[in-house]
Amino acid sequence: MPKNHTVQDLYLKNLTKRYDDFTAVNDLTLTIPAGSFFALLGPSGCGKTTTLRMVAGLEEPTSGEILIGEENIVPLPPYKRPVNTVFQSYALFPHLTIYENVAFGLRRRGIKDIDKTVKDMLALVELTPMAERKPTQLSGGQQQRVAVARALINKPDVLLLDEPLGALDLKLRRQMQLELKWIQKDVGTTFVHVTHDQEEAMTMADTVAVMNEGRIEQMGSPVEIYENPKTTFVANFLGQSNLFSGTVKGIDGELLAVDVNGVTLYVPKSKTNITSGKIVVGVRPEKIKVVDIDTPGLPKNQIIGKISDNAFVGVSTQYVVESPWGQELSAFEQNVDPNDLGYKGNEVVLAWEPRNSFALDPDEDLTAGIEPELVSN
Amino acid sequence: MAVTTRSKRIKTAYLLLIPGFAWLFFFFFFPLGSLLATSLKRPLGDSPEAGFAYALQFSNYSQAIAEYWPFYVRAFTFAAIATVFCLLLAYPISYYMAFKAKKYKYLMLVLIVAPFFASFLLRTNAWKTILSSEGAVVGFLNFLGVLPQERILSTSFAVILGLIYNFLPFMILPLFISLDKIDKRLLEAAGDLYATGNQRFWKIVWPLSIPGIVSGTILTFIPASGDYINAELLGGISDKMIGNVIQSQFIILRNYPQASALSFTLMAIVLVFLYLYLRKIGTKELL
Ligand SMILES: Nc1ncnc2c1ncn2[C@@H]1O[C@H](COP(=O)(O)OP(=O)(O)OP(=O)(O)O)[C@@H](O)[C@H]1O
Ligand SMILES: [Mg+2]
Repeated sequence: MPKNHTVQDLYLKNLTKRYDDFTAVNDLTLTIPAGSFFALLGPSGCGKTTTLRMVAGLEEPTSGEILIGEENIVPLPPYKRPVNTVFQSYALFPHLTIYENVAFGLRRRGIKDIDKTVKDMLALVELTPMAERKPTQLSGGQQQRVAVARALINKPDVLLLDEPLGALDLKLRRQMQLELKWIQKDVGTTFVHVTHDQEEAMTMADTVAVMNEGRIEQMGSPVEIYENPKTTFVANFLGQSNLFSGTVKGIDGELLAVDVNGVTLYVPKSKTNITSGKIVVGVRPEKIKVVDIDTPGLPKNQIIGKISDNAFVGVSTQYVVESPWGQELSAFEQNVDPNDLGYKGNEVVLAWEPRNSFALDPDEDLTAGIEPELVSN
Repeated sequence: MAVTTRSKRIKTAYLLLIPGFAWLFFFFFFPLGSLLATSLKRPLGDSPEAGFAYALQFSNYSQAIAEYWPFYVRAFTFAAIATVFCLLLAYPISYYMAFKAKKYKYLMLVLIVAPFFASFLLRTNAWKTILSSEGAVVGFLNFLGVLPQERILSTSFAVILGLIYNFLPFMILPLFISLDKIDKRLLEAAGDLYATGNQRFWKIVWPLSIPGIVSGTILTFIPASGDYINAELLGGISDKMIGNVIQSQFIILRNYPQASALSFTLMAIVLVFLYLYLRKIGTKELL
C-alpha cells in the first residue's frame, strides 16, 4: 500500500436519520481529519452504526450532508464512494478463499494483475499462509484481519470499522487494537472506529467523539476529554467521576470557590464559564489522595469521610468513602506505599489539587452515562 | 471414573440408534432384500397363477432392459425436463420468499405446501379436468390456434406439466432454505466492495444456493423418474413411463420377478446418475 495517495477530510454536516418518529442520529456535525484514527464512542443504541451506515451508503440520511473533501457523497451509491467498511460481523464470503475474499473488491472493479497487490495485503495483515483457506477455517482474530484486509485493499479515503473487535476475547482484543493502530499508521487511511468500549477508544484513537442519543457530547483527544469532560455524560461514561452539586461562593485568584454542603472545593476558573450560582464540580477517583485526618501539607480540596468499602486490586486500592452528606465517593490509591487505612468506618481525608477538578453545567443529570454495562466491564 | 462415563455415553448413543436401525431394517433393507430375491425368481408355469420359485434367473434383468428400455429413456427424459422447469420456476419464487417477502415469507411457505393437504391422485385428476379438451383452457388455446395436436390431455406435454406441478414444492423447499440461510449482510458487504446487483447475485447468492439446488434437483428428479400417476392420468398410450410398466407388471400381469427386476434396474440407474451428478458438482461446493 502506497502511503502517498492523498486522503481527504470527512465532514458530516447536520446529519440526521429518523425512523418513523424515532431519531437515531440527531443533527450530527463532525470533521474527521484526513489520515486520523477517529473513534466514535457511545453506549448501545446511540446511533453509531446508523452513522457509519450513512457514510457507507447503506442507509439514506433523512437530512444533512456527508462530504469527502469538497464532494457531497450522499447521492452516490455505495460502490461509487471512496469508503469501505469492516463489518461488525465481518461478513466474510464463506464460499470464497481468503485470497478471493481479499481480491473481491479489486476484481469487481475489473482491475488486472491483482496478484501482487493481494499478496502484499495478505502479508500486511500476516495472513500469507492462510491464503487458500476458507473463512470458517480461521480463528476470530484472523477473520477480523481478513475483514480489514478486504476493505483496505481498495485504498479507500475512509475505512469504517463497526465494533470490529466486539467478538474477540479481551486478550486478543488488546492485541488487535495495537495491530489496527499499527496498520493505520502504515497505510495512512482515515479510520473511523466505532466502539462502546471507552478504553479501546482511548488507546487507539487520535480523536475521540463521545456520542449519546444521536448527538455528539464532546470531541477531542483522549487526554483532553478524559481530563476535562464537558458534560456529566462524558464524565461518567468515559472512566468514572465523583460529581458534586454546589454553589459558587467567590473567586480566589485563578480558582473558583464552590460551596458543597458546607465544604469548600476549588476548581480552576479557566475550566468553566460559570461565575455564580449553581455549578457541578467533578474529580476523577485516581486524582484523590486517601490519607489520615491530621496529615500535613494536603492539597486545597479536602473532604472528610468514612471508609465504607475498600478493595485491593493489586496495582491500586479502590476506596468507597461516605461523605458527611451521605454521598458515596470513590478514590483509587496507587499501590506505591501501601497504607493501612483499610478499615471500614475509619475516618479519612480525601484530598486533591484544584487543577484536577473540572466543572460542569448544573442542569444536567448527575447520573447520565452511568451504565450497568460499564460496571460489568 | 472419566472412562466409565465416557463408555456409558457411547453406550447411550448406540441405544438411541436402535429404533432407527430397526426401522431401517424392517422397512428398507428387508423389503429391498425380498425385492432382490423376487427379481431373480423363476416361473413355475406358463401363467403367473402357477407361482414362482427362488432361483438366480438373471435373464429377468436382460429381458427387462431389452424389452422396456424405451420406457426408461422416456421416464428419465420427462423427469429431466420437469426438473429443469421446476428449477427455473422455483428459483425466482424461493428468491422472492427469502429476500423480498419479509413478513409474508412464512405465509407463502404455507401456501406452497398447502396442496399437500389434498391427495396427489386428487390433484392430478383435477388437472385432467382443467386440461380436458372440453375445458376452457384448451378451448381458448385452440381459438388462438397454438396447439399442434389441438389437445393437451394425452400428450407428453401434459405429463411433464403434471410432473412439474406435483414436484415443484420439492424444489422450492430446499432452495428456499438455502437462500434464506444466506446472511443478508454478505450482500451489503459485496455492495460495499463494488459489486453491482448482478454481481451480487452471481458471486454471492448463486454459489451459496448450490446446496439447495442440488438437494432440490435430487428430490425432484428421483420421484419424478419413478412416477406413473401423471403418465397414467394425463398421458396417452405413447407417453407411458417405466413406472407405468412396473405398475402393470406388478398389479395387472402379476409378473413379480419381471416387475422386481425392472424396479431394481430403475434404482440402479438412478444411483449411477446420482453418483455422477454429485461427483460433477463436487462435494466441496456443498460446503
Ligand atoms: N431500521 C430501523 N428502524 C427503526 N429503528 C432503528 C433502525 N435501525 C436502528 N434503529 C434504532 O436507532 C438507534 C441507533 O441504532 P444503531 O444501530 O445506530 O445503534 P449503535 O449505536 O450502533 O448501538 P450498538 O452499540 O448496540 O451497536 C437504536 O435505538 C435503534 O433501535
Ligand atoms: Mg452498532
